[in-house]
Amino acid sequence: MKFRIERDTLADAVAWTARSLPTRPSVPVLAGLLVEADADGLTLSGFDYETSARATLQAEIADEGRALVSGRLLADICKSLPSKPVDVTLDGTKVSVVCGGARFSLQTMPVEEYPQLPGMPGASGTVSSGVFATSVSQAVAAAGRDDMLPLLTGVRLEIDGSTISLMATDRFRASLRDVEWYPEAGDASAHALVPARVLSETAKSFSSSSDVTIAIGTPEHGDGIIGFEGQVAGGTRRTTTRLLEGEFPRVRQLFQAESQTTAYVQTQELIDSVRRVSLVAERNTPVRLSFSSGVLLLEAGSGDEAQASETIDATVEGDDISIGFNPQYLLEGLTVMGEPVVHLAFTQHTRPAALAGVGEIGADPDLAFRYLIMPVRLQG
Amino acid sequence: MHLDLDAFFAAVEQRDKPSLRGRPVVVGGTTGRGVVATASYEARVFGVRSAMRTVEARARCPHAAFLSGRFDAYRESSRVVMARLREVSPLVEPLSLDEAFVDLAAGTTAVDVATVRALAEEVRADITRLTGGLVASVGIASSKLMAKIASEIDKPDGLHVVEPGTEVDVLAPMSVTAIPGVGPATTERLRRLGLRTVGDLQQADVTELTSVLGTAHGTSLHALARGVDHRAVVSEREAKSVSVEDTFETDLTDPAVLAGIVDRMAARVGDRLTRAGLSGRTVTLKIRHHDFQTHTRSSTLAGPTDDRRVLARTARRMLAEIDVSGGLRLVGVGVSGLADWVQDDLFAELDDAEEAAAAALADEPAVVEEDHGPRRWSPGADVLHADHGPGWVWGSGLGRVTVRFETRDTGPGPVRTFSVDDPDLQPRPVLSPAETEP
Repeated sequence: MKFRIERDTLADAVAWTARSLPTRPSVPVLAGLLVEADADGLTLSGFDYETSARATLQAEIADEGRALVSGRLLADICKSLPSKPVDVTLDGTKVSVVCGGARFSLQTMPVEEYPQLPGMPGASGTVSSGVFATSVSQAVAAAGRDDMLPLLTGVRLEIDGSTISLMATDRFRASLRDVEWYPEAGDASAHALVPARVLSETAKSFSSSSDVTIAIGTPEHGDGIIGFEGQVAGGTRRTTTRLLEGEFPRVRQLFQAESQTTAYVQTQELIDSVRRVSLVAERNTPVRLSFSSGVLLLEAGSGDEAQASETIDATVEGDDISIGFNPQYLLEGLTVMGEPVVHLAFTQHTRPAALAGVGEIGADPDLAFRYLIMPVRLQG
Repeated sequence: MHLDLDAFFAAVEQRDKPSLRGRPVVVGGTTGRGVVATASYEARVFGVRSAMRTVEARARCPHAAFLSGRFDAYRESSRVVMARLREVSPLVEPLSLDEAFVDLAAGTTAVDVATVRALAEEVRADITRLTGGLVASVGIASSKLMAKIASEIDKPDGLHVVEPGTEVDVLAPMSVTAIPGVGPATTERLRRLGLRTVGDLQQADVTELTSVLGTAHGTSLHALARGVDHRAVVSEREAKSVSVEDTFETDLTDPAVLAGIVDRMAARVGDRLTRAGLSGRTVTLKIRHHDFQTHTRSSTLAGPTDDRRVLARTARRMLAEIDVSGGLRLVGVGVSGLADWVQDDLFAELDDAEEAAAAALADEPAVVEEDHGPRRWSPGADVLHADHGPGWVWGSGLGRVTVRFETRDTGPGPVRTFSVDDPDLQPRPVLSPAETEP
């Protein structure tokens, strides 16, 4: 194996592929990054039996061949190389990397022991990468982080024609994000439960591509996996990951239209205020929000300890309401809202509250992204 | 004042089983890998100690009666003792079933040495009379530490008063292990510093102690060694947890039966939380294996709850990780990390509706009576025979059970053997509800 490639192209692709390598691999070869050179160009692969990453890129191939080297080390080396062409050569059991006057020699691992990467399922459709990254960051805000409840650490994707819905819940809040996309078939219908952490990292890593192709496995092809593929300047990048199994809670049923009280508040003002008053809310004890005509009063803390309160402007319609929330749940929803004004809808202080972003006070809430929080019930 | 009942579990057994009086008695796990809970003084002569493995105890004292314990009887006697102590002073702090601190200064009597000595003798006599023969040792001093140490000095059946001002001299010759909180690990660290007696500790520099034991432990040990202990007797501790536990008639091994019991306990805990206007964040499962080994496991939730389903789900998950094949004799479910607010679950209503629908579909009742399989008679358990009256299980095996018919009010009684499924033989009912609120 022998090839020459531009430093930036190589460094980007190696960094992207090495990103998903396990830090503590179950078998040593999984710490490796597979480098393959053939007539079609260069392919870099990483895999941990759950998630695979594969980058294909153009290079001047002198000799075909393949080698397995430490992914972390190769990534560190490529990142620090000068901006000059890089020559990579397999020589016996060593790979040499030469760039300008710098020369590295890397030990190889046995290629034949490296597992076969799962194939990419057939494409289901494509979505704009920017929209996808924003939508995923919104949906994962409500995902569970308790590994004891793996089902809730996933984001459910539901495909219905030209809409993909992303939803997540940890049973205390729920998110629902609808995204328009371009399905391969107009009547497409499928669903998948993707680990939230992998989905979040994947969506971010495709931001330099214009579109992302999503491919959900079928029983015939790629059962139990989902694939993402995008074109970047240097070539093609593809990630697959294994889906979670189990019956996901019926998040959609929770979102109901009716409300007794609605309020508009400046998003950033509310975030700042919740952050301030929750300084006295130890271990996420509740922050109480009281809405009355034109005013939102925020309070936290108890009589025994420190207390805080703040009032901010709010446009309130309907009955006055006083309702308590875990401040963390409130902040995690507000910070991904992405619109200057937040619309809050309540029925009772014991019932879920719905948050949605709007462009200006008085506008109809944008239902593309909705975030629901179960309030805290004060006892006694 | 510190009061400690002598060889409590064994003494209760000797009281209720006249044929065992004056003989070695060992209460604890009687099978397999069991450990000794209490040994009577007759057994201690042979070197049998608490926490020793039953196998070793049997080797040291093969002729002792090995009994598996009757916690309901112990609880009942404990209740009588604590009630008598509360007549002395409103400030009574029970440490366990057989041990309590009493703040005499909060009582009605004077606290000069002669008066408290007379009072203590009166209390000790009353306890023996009220409980039908149990014996207590008492220590009286100016602090909890000294009172507890004093009660050990003339044990058993003793009374020791440490006069104010003599604390340092009383402590000096004692081994460092006399101080509560000094276990094998601390003892070893102190030994490396050349500190063996409390007197050595009194001489030691506080910085030397804190350097090997940490600031908190070192400082407190330095003070305790001088008899300085300002802790107050606290009668009603603020509830820090709400819990329910049950000892079973026979050890349970069926995971489905145990899961059902855990569910019902979680429901009781949830109801009590709701009634008290409380919620909790940490769920604890307590189990006692057939051999008396007791373990607890805890799981902390994202937010406090009083929802019985969440409690049950969490407790069941912990139960599923425990090997129950050897049999469990006790299970408890508790909640701590108490708060006055609840983070409710978005899906609780949907789950309620589903449960109701499922219950409507199923014709049979949701709770099935458990069948515990063939009856097991544990040694020492109380039984009632239709013809022979009350007695206790002397031993069982090979399909037979041997019973001695006697009670605390009879003399030593006769022994009879029956088939283990003899319909005339029944367990004698428990004395008090097995529910605790620590």
